[in-house]
Amino acid sequence: MSDINEKPNLAIAMRGVTKIFGSDPMAALELLRSGKSKAEVQAETNHVVGLDNVSLDIAAGQIFVVMGLSGSGKSTLIRHVNRLIEPTAGEILVHGDDVLKMSLDQLRSYRRTKVAMVFQKFGLLPHRSVIDNVAYGLEVRGVGRKERLETAAKWIETVGLAGYENSRTRQLSGGQQQRVGLARALSMDSDIILMDEAFSALDPLIRSGMQDQLITLQKSLNKTILFITHDFDEALKIGDRIAVLKDGAVQQEGRPEDIVLRPANEHIEEFVREVNKARAIHVRSIMERGATEPCEQSVSMDARCEDVLPLFAEHQWVGVNDGDGRQIGRVTAKQVIKALARHTPGVG
Amino acid sequence: MDTRPWRRAVDDGLNWVVRHWGGTFETAAHPLLMLLKAIEDLLVATPWWMIIAVLTGIAWLATRRWPLPLVVFVALMFLGVMDLWKDAMTTMALMITATLAAILVSIPVGVWMSRSLRIRQVFAPILDLMQTLPSFVYLIPTVMIFGPGKIPALIATIVYAAPPLVRLTDLGLRSVDPAVLEASRAFGTNPRQRLFGVQIPLALPTILAGINQTTMMALSMVVIASMIGAGGLGYQVLQGIGRLEVSRGLFAGLGIVALAIIFDRTTQAFGRQLQARIGMQEAR
Repeated sequence: MSDINEKPNLAIAMRGVTKIFGSDPMAALELLRSGKSKAEVQAETNHVVGLDNVSLDIAAGQIFVVMGLSGSGKSTLIRHVNRLIEPTAGEILVHGDDVLKMSLDQLRSYRRTKVAMVFQKFGLLPHRSVIDNVAYGLEVRGVGRKERLETAAKWIETVGLAGYENSRTRQLSGGQQQRVGLARALSMDSDIILMDEAFSALDPLIRSGMQDQLITLQKSLNKTILFITHDFDEALKIGDRIAVLKDGAVQQEGRPEDIVLRPANEHIEEFVREVNKARAIHVRSIMERGATEPCEQSVSMDARCEDVLPLFAEHQWVGVNDGDGRQIGRVTAKQVIKALARHTPGVG
Repeated sequence: MDTRPWRRAVDDGLNWVVRHWGGTFETAAHPLLMLLKAIEDLLVATPWWMIIAVLTGIAWLATRRWPLPLVVFVALMFLGVMDLWKDAMTTMALMITATLAAILVSIPVGVWMSRSLRIRQVFAPILDLMQTLPSFVYLIPTVMIFGPGKIPALIATIVYAAPPLVRLTDLGLRSVDPAVLEASRAFGTNPRQRLFGVQIPLALPTILAGINQTTMMALSMVVIASMIGAGGLGYQVLQGIGRLEVSRGLFAGLGIVALAIIFDRTTQAFGRQLQARIGMQEAR
């Protein structure tokens, strides 16, 4: 356990976090540790296993997605980070501080300054205007009225709600309400933002727009975002890393393409089968590496197969550039199609 | 079973309390009496047209439309024309004092109940008792302790009128959307910030419905209260009954109805206004 403190760029570290709901969680914990499954524990003790020995390393400055179906424990997991739920066992460190050892006062000040949260059901205050909702976190922190309204106005503008400052939240559409929720979290200027199925209640088009906006915001703000979703496509689109959760246990953790290309078990394969591979596979993972002659057309190393496919209509080779614009490799249509075919069942 | 020893024990006990603690109780209830006197003096001293103007104005503020202020105006004019004005002010003072005292006690109790199942289990039967026990049963000991007059009338009114407010405060606080409360918790609020910043504002329409119920129940006690010296419209009704003057009882009774209409409609209108503001109608 001592290695946790030795990784300075770790924002959140969870070690063996287990949560059991019920009147006597310790007894159920014994059963779980003796090797019984979630279903067996529930049948024997009537206790629900929320999380089963979850360990995660979440590096600072990335979007970390926890993906799971309903009942997988993903909402329980995210609530452990700001201790809205107390674990039955385990360790949770945030920037090296043990969240579970905090006194009630320390915990409140931690919530006021270090972690902000966005909720699936928005959790806005219906009796307040949009700007007062966005300023709520700062108000709780004790920031003066003038300063917090200025900050709030800035973030309302950033999320594209300028002009709605004095509206009531119920007058807004779902997408607009979640922008208020996002602005409320961003105005806290905390290093960590927890997003609990933040976009799940929105229409597909609006959801896609919010995802793009989140990625853009993350690039400029460099926050650590822990994002919960049940939508595998969403996880692939926004996640720097993804953990797949089932029955409260982590099934696989890794980069999006690791999960798509090498699913750890049948459960994950089921998700992967349905997924748009062209979106999931980065060109950098299939490219021909090394120095080659410069190509007429090139893409960044973050590009995915779906981004390069249209380019092949005009070009035979497409270059792949690193962050500084240097070409680090190239791909052909053949390579891309081969990669897609390899990972599509029934083909190749 | 022979209940005589039990009855004697209760009666002797009460006598003992009256002999030894009567003075203390009277001193303790003194601030209540002062409040009632102050409100009554204010209402009686204020010229009638000003009271009409204020109440009509409040009714307009509650609805921003003309029908309710008109109803309030007509009801008040009825009291004046029927020569019931002074009695109506006495009754109004009793009702307002009882309501204020009930708010002061009920809302904290309601808050307490909403936070713990055990407290709720303790208070629920007490509230049932307060609402169902015939008022004469506790009226007599109160009169024995405080002597006839306004204090026992006031206390009896409070006992009868407070329970709905306690219940509705408790209900209102418990029905606050848990998602909103959780969000508030996630931002590091303490219980006090959650109570005053989230729970009470969101429960306010329900609490206001409780205040409305309390005013109505306080008004329904005025006849009984006047039996022990509260005076006011209730006393007129009582006299009407005693002298078999049906007209006197009828007019004073209609006066009580007029007061009831004024306060019921105005508090309800405020409740609706509040509900519209936090968008509860839309949510339903």
